[in-house]
Amino acid sequence: MTLTGELDAGAVLPVDERVIDVRDLRMRYGTKDVLDGVSFTARRGEVLALLGPNGAGKTTTIEILEGFRMRSAGQVSVLGLDPASGGEGWRARLGVVLQSWRDHGKWRVRELLQHLGTYYAPYSTAEIRKPWPVDELLDVVGLTPQAGQRVMRLSGGQRRRLDVAIGIVGRPELLFLDEPTTGFDPAARREFHDLVHRLTDVDETTILLTTHDLDEAEKLADRIVILNGGRIIADGSADELSRRVTGLTEVRWTRDGRRFIHSAQDATGFVRQLFLQYGEDIDDLEVRRNSLEDTYMKLVLDAEGGAR
Amino acid sequence: MISGLRTGLSRGVIELRQTLTTPVDLWTYLFPALILLGTIFFMRDADVPGTSFSLGASTLPGVLGMGLAFGGLMTVSQQLVVEREDGTLLRAKATPNGMSSYLLGKAVSVGGMTLVSLLLQLIPGALLVDGLHVGPLGWLTLVWLVPLAFLATMPIGAVLGSIFENPRNMAAAILPIFGLVAISGIFYPITSMPGWVQAIGQLFPMYWLGLGMRSVFLPDSMAAVELTHSWRHFETFGVLAVWVLLGLTLAPVVLRRMARRESGSAVAARRERAMATMGR
Repeated sequence: MTLTGELDAGAVLPVDERVIDVRDLRMRYGTKDVLDGVSFTARRGEVLALLGPNGAGKTTTIEILEGFRMRSAGQVSVLGLDPASGGEGWRARLGVVLQSWRDHGKWRVRELLQHLGTYYAPYSTAEIRKPWPVDELLDVVGLTPQAGQRVMRLSGGQRRRLDVAIGIVGRPELLFLDEPTTGFDPAARREFHDLVHRLTDVDETTILLTTHDLDEAEKLADRIVILNGGRIIADGSADELSRRVTGLTEVRWTRDGRRFIHSAQDATGFVRQLFLQYGEDIDDLEVRRNSLEDTYMKLVLDAEGGAR
Repeated sequence: MISGLRTGLSRGVIELRQTLTTPVDLWTYLFPALILLGTIFFMRDADVPGTSFSLGASTLPGVLGMGLAFGGLMTVSQQLVVEREDGTLLRAKATPNGMSSYLLGKAVSVGGMTLVSLLLQLIPGALLVDGLHVGPLGWLTLVWLVPLAFLATMPIGAVLGSIFENPRNMAAAILPIFGLVAISGIFYPITSMPGWVQAIGQLFPMYWLGLGMRSVFLPDSMAAVELTHSWRHFETFGVLAVWVLLGLTLAPVVLRRMARRESGSAVAARRERAMATMGR
């Protein structure tokens, strides 16, 4: 795990394994630094979640990586190329799912996927067959019953799944997901998580996702990068992050039918003492480490406190 | 490149098929045709001043020329503005060869839509008025005039559509276009306008497309009521060619600049602004 925006982020990773390699990225609008020395990497097949409060620079970072926005300074490499001069062959290896698409309303679902798939056909290789066959894709995102419907008639969740389908129709090596499950019901969310796991396990797709749902980030992401005020304030797995925050761990137990709750700095030591003291009398023991949400709130508050 | 051509063409054909199967869209084709036919119907007994030729018959070809110009200028610019707001352009940008396919598809679908609405006006119109006739030379003129009309107007339409961020500001572009229609000699003979108005009218494609279409459908004797008493094919070609050059020089620069600015946050911001305006 690396600390605040250090330049050697991910230096242990061999260069050709780095699907995303960002070093000292800076973005300045007028006199305001939106990104101030951001560095991180993503490995092939890794799911990286970018978290942070609104205005932290998540969208700007993603848009620079997607090649939609020019940066002020720093080095950025995505799939081995600079996004600012990526070209069409590079573009064909990416998938982009943004927050709000309302495009192609008159098109029918199958027709649109079929058509957009043809753009990727020339970039098909022996290893990666492009595009994804439409019927299979419809099945994967659960839109087979809606195949003949016009896009404008889809419900919010169906539209979102179509966006994901369009994002992966070219079998991308790297997929950008911007708040992918907003508006999903719990079942749709679960299915979406299964889809993400399938993409990373079977196809070795690297995924960069932003979300406000910390539970989702914890479930999906191998690694979490937290941005705040244009800087990275934490980078590591959910586990590593929660360990880094020296928060209190909650310990609950019952003794003689009475419930006890204690917040301990050193939970293991506390529980050891507990057993030494009461032995068999202890029942229903629960030790709950900081949730990602607790960790996140603490990190962001600390960073903001430090900035002030 | 070849595949970009193929995706662009198929995109245009799909969009054309969609618009022809969407009732609201069909109404936008039929409505102008109905207005036009009504106008021509009431003109049927009037003659072109100084001749015994039907005024309705001489107006119809000019209106077809106007239709060509409207398709290229207004439909292209409006669709560009709308599809920038709904994210279609950003989608194109996120797809390999998406932008060039998008533009080619737009040219094909708008070209097709314009031709469909021309036929919707021409076929019933020709039954309503007497005196329209297309000779071999007329067909030949159509062969170069129609593609030239699209080439002269679509890039300019794309430029207009790139400049205006907000669909609700498009009126600023549309009003001058209607002004040009008024001085284009399509509804009111340009010969009876002051010299300086004639000069302005002849700078723009609208007048030349009207003149070109009149030369196709009207008997040669009707050239007598035009400026310089001729169909001026050479000048028509020349002025339209200048617009083609102007458009094809300007459009790639403006389009590229517009496309470069497209991003998820740009689309989201535009959408928010649209919602705020509607709420008021």
